[in-house]
Amino acid sequence: MIRNVDAVTATIERGAATAPVASHEQPRPPTAARNHKGGFFRSSNGKKVVMAVTGAVMVLYLIAHMAGNLKIFFGAADFNEYAAFLREIGHPLVPHRTVLTLVEVVLSVSVVLHMWSAVSLARRAAKARPVKYAARPKSQASGYAVKTMRYGGVIILLFIIWHLLDLTFAAVNPAGPNGEPYQRMVEGFAPGRWPVTLFYVVALLLVGLHLRHGLWSAFQTLGLAGGRRERPVKLAAAGLSALLVLGFLSVPLSITIGLVK
Amino acid sequence: MTHTVGEPIRDTKTPEGPIEERWSKRRFSAKLVNPANKRKLHVIVVGTGLAGGSAAATLGELGYKVTSFCYQDSPRRAHSIAAQGGINAAKNYRGDGDSIYRLFYDTVKGGDFRARESNVYRLAEVSVNIIDQAVAQGVPFAREYGGLLDTRSFGGAQVSRTFYARGQTGQQLLLGAYQALERQIAAGTVTMHARHEMLDLIVSDGRARGVVVRDMVTGEIETHLADAVVLATGGYGNVFFLSTNAKGCNTTAIWRAHQRGAYFGNPCYTQIHPTCIPVSGEYQSKLTLMSESLRNDGRVWVPVKAGDTREPGDIPEAERDYYLERIYPAFGNLVPRDIASRAAKNVCDEGRGVGPGGLGVYLDFADAIARLGRDAVEKKYGNLFEMYERITGEDPYSRPMRIYPAVHYTMGGLWVDYDLQSTIPGLFVVGEANFSDHGANRLGASALMQGLADGYFVLPTTLGDYLAGGPYGEVDQEAVAEAENGVRNKIQKLLSVNGTRTADSYHRELGKLMWDYCGMERTEESLRKALARIPELRAEFWQNVKVSGQAEELNQALERAGRVADFFDLAELMCIDALHRSESCGGHFRAESQDADGEALRDDEDFAYVAAWEYRPEGGPVLHREDLKYEYVKMTQRSYK
Amino acid sequence: MNLTLKVWRQDGPSDQGRMVTYEVKDVSPDMSFLEMLDVLNERLILEGGDPVAFDHDCREGICGMCGMVINGVAHGEQRATTTCQLHMRHFKDGDTVTIEPWRAAPFPVVKDLVVDRSAFDRIIQAGGFISVPAGSAPDAHAIPVKKDDADSAFDAATCIGCGACVAACPNGSASLFTAAKITHLGLLPQGQPERDKRAKAMVDQMDLEGFGGCTNTGECTAVCPKGIPLSTIAQMNRDYLKSK
Ligand SMILES: Cc1cc2nc3c(=O)[nH]c(=O)nc-3n(C[C@H](O)[C@H](O)[C@H](O)COP(=O)(O)OP(=O)(O)OC[C@H]3O[C@@H](n4cnc5c(N)ncnc54)[C@H](O)[C@@H]3O)c2cc1C
Ligand code: HEM
Ligand code: SF4
Ligand code: FES
Repeated sequence: MIRNVDAVTATIERGAATAPVASHEQPRPPTAARNHKGGFFRSSNGKKVVMAVTGAVMVLYLIAHMAGNLKIFFGAADFNEYAAFLREIGHPLVPHRTVLTLVEVVLSVSVVLHMWSAVSLARRAAKARPVKYAARPKSQASGYAVKTMRYGGVIILLFIIWHLLDLTFAAVNPAGPNGEPYQRMVEGFAPGRWPVTLFYVVALLLVGLHLRHGLWSAFQTLGLAGGRRERPVKLAAAGLSALLVLGFLSVPLSITIGLVK
Repeated sequence: MTHTVGEPIRDTKTPEGPIEERWSKRRFSAKLVNPANKRKLHVIVVGTGLAGGSAAATLGELGYKVTSFCYQDSPRRAHSIAAQGGINAAKNYRGDGDSIYRLFYDTVKGGDFRARESNVYRLAEVSVNIIDQAVAQGVPFAREYGGLLDTRSFGGAQVSRTFYARGQTGQQLLLGAYQALERQIAAGTVTMHARHEMLDLIVSDGRARGVVVRDMVTGEIETHLADAVVLATGGYGNVFFLSTNAKGCNTTAIWRAHQRGAYFGNPCYTQIHPTCIPVSGEYQSKLTLMSESLRNDGRVWVPVKAGDTREPGDIPEAERDYYLERIYPAFGNLVPRDIASRAAKNVCDEGRGVGPGGLGVYLDFADAIARLGRDAVEKKYGNLFEMYERITGEDPYSRPMRIYPAVHYTMGGLWVDYDLQSTIPGLFVVGEANFSDHGANRLGASALMQGLADGYFVLPTTLGDYLAGGPYGEVDQEAVAEAENGVRNKIQKLLSVNGTRTADSYHRELGKLMWDYCGMERTEESLRKALARIPELRAEFWQNVKVSGQAEELNQALERAGRVADFFDLAELMCIDALHRSESCGGHFRAESQDADGEALRDDEDFAYVAAWEYRPEGGPVLHREDLKYEYVKMTQRSYK
Repeated sequence: MNLTLKVWRQDGPSDQGRMVTYEVKDVSPDMSFLEMLDVLNERLILEGGDPVAFDHDCREGICGMCGMVINGVAHGEQRATTTCQLHMRHFKDGDTVTIEPWRAAPFPVVKDLVVDRSAFDRIIQAGGFISVPAGSAPDAHAIPVKKDDADSAFDAATCIGCGACVAACPNGSASLFTAAKITHLGLLPQGQPERDKRAKAMVDQMDLEGFGGCTNTGECTAVCPKGIPLSTIAQMNRDYLKSK
């Protein structure tokens, strides 16, 4: 029953707003117009993902590495054989040391990317809080492990370098570059070299702390930890970290107290 | 003579015909604006609460050029955020006999027959669309296991029509409107100015054409012009200093509009909420509401003997007076707000109040805990109990709560016609800032409904009609200069007094005076006292206030002083209105007008009208009556016995 | 009780700012923290000084306007409490209380304890909404929502936008605030069509504003007056990854 719709549609020729609208504020362009460039890896979330993925790669390596280390309890022959095996994986399909080299490359890339993310996130954080609080901020989240992430990470890095020099390149190892792997281990952690063992222990405890937060954090970053899964994931992270620390520590400690010779 | 009487208001622009068809009729008769022209039409919306936020978002979406203001640092913080209980809508999802007509009926009756029938009917009609809109926006209303919306009954309604989001309904609805608004800001249709306070209205050629605002960060005075102005600046309960309103709630915007020619409707209608946390000391800065739902399970009592200072636990049953259950056996603790409030005041006046200063009554959950178990009570009211504990330091599980009435809502506001247009053409008023829809008493969960009805559905139609009638020509530059200068002079005046008392201390004194003389119970004598004292206090204020700092900076002392100055003027008008209305109705209780049982007694013969006040700088305001006709709901006296 | 306050005073955005010490006497334990500051300010005004500027409005813990770092903790040490709901009974006679504004580059100080949080509004502008013009909505019962989802969405939606999470975060990250909105809308069926776009746009905007990146320290949840859980951040990360 709508008749003559035009009759109720007034057309206005011009808007009547007259004087300029005073505004000292800088007009903010609508958000869409200032679109973010730089993409995934420059976003803070992207960096976090890089950190989580590279961290996970390193953790997988650590698990394998620890399992290998435990072979020391089966005696020199077993352990040396295992060390040799590492260089032979895939042979004869691929040349000697191919897989091991690959692993080493992946790990190195991971370490570098991991650190790159850590450093750029730390710098972002510093820029986001240019003025510090006068009152010492009191942690409300009771996260000790969290606080050790950054400086702990640096100590872990130093440790990794030393560790490579010691046991991989044997530059600082008493058994010298030509020693058998088993011999290098036993001589490296000999009771007389207890300060080395101590450094090793401290560094590993830091790795444990790093992973206790880091593992859970990685799940969170990848969006796998939410809701009801939060507690189980946290527990699992703590469990796995403890396991890794114990597993790794059992070897040098056994050597230093003379259980393994 | 406190006032003079002028011509009655004859035309409210209400369409004729059966009440169910009036809103559709008005929508159809409203002229439309060509979409291409909307972009050139500029609307100012002051306020970003449910009413202003939803209006600005909707107008922006329609394509108008909108400029929006609020005094907080973000539109999301308007005081609508604090509403706890819920929002009414005639959805009849429960099949319990609700309908648009019933909501209309309840609201007219609840308003004690002092609201305009047509407006109330429209409110009930669009209430159903509000829920749809809010749900589509992602407002997380409470749901049942079947996935459908839960409702509850609220404030004495016999049907379950209140939708809620735990105890934070206002927050969730406002965030919905805020998000819609932010979306329009991103789209460029709405320009937002937070931390800007409106200090005057620009009227040119008799039409509202802009506002003068102060940038609260830099102190700069700015003028913004437009084709129409919408005020959505909320209620003025803070005239009492202590109220459940936010600290910044003010009357400045509507008061300046009033001074520019907009009539003020029913200024004396104030709602006092019975369940608030009592005042604990002189430094008290605001009062906190405890949801009314507590009265469903809590029992209200005071000691039988006056001056009984024993701990509540030491007072035996026989020496307790459960006065609501005693006086109103049918409704008991659930009597309407105004009745519960007044009853509390009466027992405290008898010296039987509890807590500091004897201004409090107990709300006791011991029976409920015994009956339902502590867990069940915790589940229902846990967050409220926690809030109570945080504020008072007392544990309501083991010790009865202390509650006392507090000012909560103002039914009065700028007078508007059916189109929500004030008496200044081009000035529209929405939400709590206008006087419409609630009559002399607002029902629980109806303010949220009204704010959103106005903003999402009514205003966009009626404002379009006004704009389609334009263009309205150039703005008179002299009017702009005059308004700007007026604002600057007032600020300079406040800063230059340099007296010995702070604005807050005057506000406190004014508030106490209003509470004592124009609060829950008013008498001719008390109102005359107030009317004698307010001008004295105002004069003293202007000679002795101390405002620190400068005009051109963030200056919170100056902001407060400006608001207090306007509260003085408003307080005076409220008292004049309360004095002239010698009947009792809804939230306005004149002790002279009560029945044998002490209940409010209306006088429909003489007072079935809206009092719309016109501002006069000299000689007192002019009263214009808008007669109220009840064609659909028969006028009856309320009874809750 | 008597207290010594050390308050950050800064005249404006370009001023250096400094901590200033005030003695306040006869503080009642029933006062709220802001009422204690009101009393101080009344005195400062009468002494011809400049009162301490601080943001506040509702004073009942819901508008999100108030906020200061009290003794190194955002909103003070009382858990799940906004500054306006903090009461003086939690302090002891003779205490020294330091009061500072939220500290973050995207929250520049406007004056004293007042900061500019408009960055939060712009994060919402980037995508914190469901696009639905007024009048076009289907009947509310057309879309049933599982009660659990509705409840979880509500939990996330209770964020008051106060910014304490940013203030407390050692990285100055706004992840909890952003995640709360992404989670609220992402859990509801109505929010699905724009879900991926929303997460990406909001997270990118957060970076653009200059907030730091999250390292899951949990400091934000610990001070959040509404207890927004860290799991919302996991949800945000998931949605963000999916949007790629
Ligand atoms: C504690 C409490 C609980 C409540 N509970 C309920 C409930 O359960 N159900 C219900 O229906 N109702 C309830 N109400 C009432 C209801 O919340 C309000 O009436 C309603 O929200 C008002 O909305 P509004 O948009 O009109 O104003 P507000 O939300 O108050 O918004 C006012 C806006 O105007 C701006 N403003 C004000 N003055 C100026 C100025 N001079 N210059 C610039 N901007 C200005 C403000 O910044 C703000 O944006 C409650 C009220 C209170 C106080
Ligand atoms: C080389 C030195 C290292 C540095 C500087 C470093 C630093 C960091 C930092 C700063 C974080 C982020 C902390 C946080 O999320 O709060 C992090 C996370 C992590 N790190 Fe490391 N780390 C190092 C080595 C390692 C190693 C060797 C491993 C594995 C064994 C590892 C595993 C992880 C994991 C799994 C995470 C969690 C990623 C996430 O938050 O999503 N890190 N690291
Ligand atoms: S997440 Fe919590 S702390 Fe952060 S803004 Fe929201 S309510 Fe405040
Ligand atoms: S003042 Fe509103 S939350 Fe504190």
